[in-house]
Amino acid sequence: MISRRDFIKYSLQGIAAIAVPVTAIEIINPSKLFASKDAREIRWGFLVDTGKCVGCGFCVKACKNENEIPYDINASRTWVERYVLTKDGRVLADSPRAGRDGFITGRIELGQGKYQDIKNEDIEKAFFVPKLCNQCENPPCVQVCPVGATYQTKDGVVLVDRKWCIGCGYCIMACPYGVRFFHPVYHTAEKCNFCYHRITKGLKTACVEACPFGARLIGNINDPNDEVGRIIRTERVSVLKDEFGTKPQVYYRGLSKEVR
Amino acid sequence: MMKSHVWRPLYAVIGIVALILIARVLVVPDSFGVHERGYMYGWYNKADEGFWKKVTVKYKSSDYCKDCHSDKYSSIMQTPHAIIQCENCHGPAMEHPENPARLSIDKSREQCLRCHSRLPYPTSDRAKIRGIDPDKHNPGIECVACHNPHKPSLEGVK
Repeated sequence: MISRRDFIKYSLQGIAAIAVPVTAIEIINPSKLFASKDAREIRWGFLVDTGKCVGCGFCVKACKNENEIPYDINASRTWVERYVLTKDGRVLADSPRAGRDGFITGRIELGQGKYQDIKNEDIEKAFFVPKLCNQCENPPCVQVCPVGATYQTKDGVVLVDRKWCIGCGYCIMACPYGVRFFHPVYHTAEKCNFCYHRITKGLKTACVEACPFGARLIGNINDPNDEVGRIIRTERVSVLKDEFGTKPQVYYRGLSKEVR
Repeated sequence: MMKSHVWRPLYAVIGIVALILIARVLVVPDSFGVHERGYMYGWYNKADEGFWKKVTVKYKSSDYCKDCHSDKYSSIMQTPHAIIQCENCHGPAMEHPENPARLSIDKSREQCLRCHSRLPYPTSDRAKIRGIDPDKHNPGIECVACHNPHKPSLEGVK
């Protein structure tokens, strides 16, 4: 015969034993995890069409003015690279002054005051690739910051806290895309932030606004009606250095394997 | 029984730690902590987002220009240069006409050559733009001496 005390005790133990595995399964419910993975209303993304870029450099000019990056230093939050591939297999790439003044000559800048002339008939393919911060889903620059001066906002943009940055330069080393540099005035890490002051007001970034050819687009890729999101979902796009696992959110149309 | 000279450095260490903790409370703002993206990506001062949202907007886009300069706006919209924003040549509008009262105009040869220096690159739309060889086509003379950028077709040549 079971006593009343034991009956209550065993009942509670039994309920607890049943409840524990149920809650354990609840925690790792994969479909719920997947659904909650990106429940954010806004996730900013960028699309670059390398075929449309003509290398005019208006984007770089606008970016420098808009974001108060000293005009005559070579560093820039965004830049345009030129790739020239010759028929004999050479790959030449340059970005004079970050492409700020456009590409007005066929000569390739090799650095240290040296230039290379390429005859038009020797060119196999040649094109321009605009670059900017990829606002990675797994940003290594944020991970390495020892003081919490660089961070990712809820809508996916990586920002730098100029008051908190100690100027150690870890983030500059960590970025696989080389988008970070020291601001020559503030002496803190500097980077493209998708013109955060503009996109949060409903404007486009300065570079997107300045591009006459529609080679650059910005949008909220979590919005089902967004143009950038639609193109990323339904068309053939690629990202830079996918193998690093950083999940970059700047997508490219027409990338070539020579682009690093 | 340990003597007081053993305890004294310990008190000093405890005092220093307490000072650091007090200083931390005073120096580190309340908004500093773990936010949406967790320790790895979200350890920061939330208030700094406001700093970046407050940066001054300098480029206002051609929509800002079209009401006052409707004549220039509507004429350029009839040309292939309609795709170029006013501010690409006239500079950022900022608070114009209050500040600055006048915008600078980039009439330089280099400004036009950004697109119109001929580079017949395969796989780039640059090859489709009508262009010149800057070393051969009237070197040293500004393009605007003959061409009107608001009416770039050859009929617009002065």
